[in-house]
Amino acid sequence: MSNPASPLPGARELTEEGFAPSGRGRILLIACGALAREIVAIRARGGWDQMDLTCLPAILHNHPERITPAIRDLVARHREAYERIFVAYADCGTGGLLQAACAELGVEMIEGPHCYAFFEGNAAFAAHADEIDAFYLTDFLARQFDAFVWKPLGLDRHPELIEMYFGHYRTLVYQAQTDDPELTERARLCAERLGLVFERRFTGYGELATTLEHWARA
Amino acid sequence: MSEEDDIILSELDDEELVQQMFDDLYDGLKEEIEEGVNILIERGWEPYRVLTEALVGGMTIVGADFRDGILFVPEVLLAANAMKGGMAILKPLLAETGAPRVGKMVIGTVKGDIHDIGKNLVSMMMEGAGFEVVDLGINNPVENYLEALEKEEPDILGMSALLTTTMPYMKVVIDTLIEQGKRDDYIVLVGGAPLNEEFGKAIGADAYCRDAAVAVETAKTWVSRKHNRMSA
Repeated sequence: MSNPASPLPGARELTEEGFAPSGRGRILLIACGALAREIVAIRARGGWDQMDLTCLPAILHNHPERITPAIRDLVARHREAYERIFVAYADCGTGGLLQAACAELGVEMIEGPHCYAFFEGNAAFAAHADEIDAFYLTDFLARQFDAFVWKPLGLDRHPELIEMYFGHYRTLVYQAQTDDPELTERARLCAERLGLVFERRFTGYGELATTLEHWARA
Repeated sequence: MSEEDDIILSELDDEELVQQMFDDLYDGLKEEIEEGVNILIERGWEPYRVLTEALVGGMTIVGADFRDGILFVPEVLLAANAMKGGMAILKPLLAETGAPRVGKMVIGTVKGDIHDIGKNLVSMMMEGAGFEVVDLGINNPVENYLEALEKEEPDILGMSALLTTTMPYMKVVIDTLIEQGKRDDYIVLVGGAPLNEEFGKAIGADAYCRDAAVAVETAKTWVSRKHNRMSA
C-alpha cells in the first residue's frame, strides 16, 4: 500500500493497491478505492481538513468476502490515532457481514447495498428495483473498465464469452458523478464492446456527499 | 505449428484418446471434444460411458482446479462450452439407448436475478451425473417454481442467486412450500457466489452447494437417503 498524502494515486493504484492515510486529521475515512477520487473532491469542496483518508484496493469487490476482514484490520490498526473512524463502504456484496462488523466495532458505514444505489440515492434506486437487466458503471468504473471488468472476466483473451456473461443484460447505465465528455465517451464505448444499449444518468455524488457532510460534523 | 496440432485423435487408442479429451476439455477446445465423442461412439462406446468417463471425468478435473484456484471462471466457462458441444451429440443418443437415471431436479435463478453461469454449470454437471434436469432459466418468481414442482415432480429443487439483494428470495420460495405443506416433498439445494452454509441453514434449505461438483455429490447423497427412507 503506497502512502502519498497527495496527490491522489492513479486509477490503477486505486484499483489494485489502495493507499495509506496521511496521518493528518482527527477523523479517518476507510474507503473503497473506487470512491477515493470522489471523496477527495467532496472533502475539498467542504474544506474538511479534519478528515483523513485511507483506501482499500477497489478490486476487492471481485472478492467481497475479503472486504470485511480488511476493514476490521484497518479499524484496529488506526483506532488509537483518530478520534473517529468511518467506513465509506455500503454492503458491497458482503451480505450484511460488513454491517455486523461495523456495528460490533462501533463505526458507521454508508447506508445501502452498493455505490450504484447511494450515488443515485437509495430510495430512487430502489424505486426501479425491477431494472434487473442493467449493467452499471460509475466514473471510476468507466476509467477502470479494462482492469475491473474486461480482464478479470477473461474477455481480453476470450471475447466469445461476452454472450455467456452479458447475454441477459440489455443496457449499460453510466451513472455519471461528474460532467466529463471524455468519460461519457469511454462509457459509451464500454457499452458498445459489451453489445449493450447505452444510457447516461447524471447522479452527482448523491448520498456519498450527504453522508460525508454528516460525518464531517461528527 | 505446435506439437498439439500434430495429434490426430482418430489414431489414438481409447485410453490415450480419453486422456487427450481431458486435456482438450481443460483447454476449452469444443471442436476437438466433439470429434473425440464421435470417435468413441464410432468405436462402439455406449453414450453413457462416453459421458461419464470422457466428459464428466474431464470436467471433474476442471472443477477441482477451479476450487483450488488454479483455473478461473473464464477457463471454466470455455471448458463448459466444450463439454456442452459433446453433450449435444450425446443427448439424443442417451435418450435412445437409455441411461441410468439417478433423480430429477428442477432448477432456476430466483426473481430479480438474471445471472445463470453457475446455474448452467450445475445443470450440466447434474445431467452428466445422470440426473434429469428441468431448467427454469432466470428471474423466477415463486409461482414458476411451484408450477414446475407440481408438473415435474422432481426429487430436488435447486435455486441460484448471484446478488446479495436477490438471495433472500430463496426464503420466500421455501416459506411458501412450508405454508403449502410441500416443503418435505423435495430436497432443496441452494447456491451462488454470495451464499454460504449459514445462509442455507437460516432459510431452511437442505444444503448449500459451493460449486457444481459439490452440488452433484450433495444431490447424490440426499437422493440416495431419500430413496433409502422410502424403501425402509
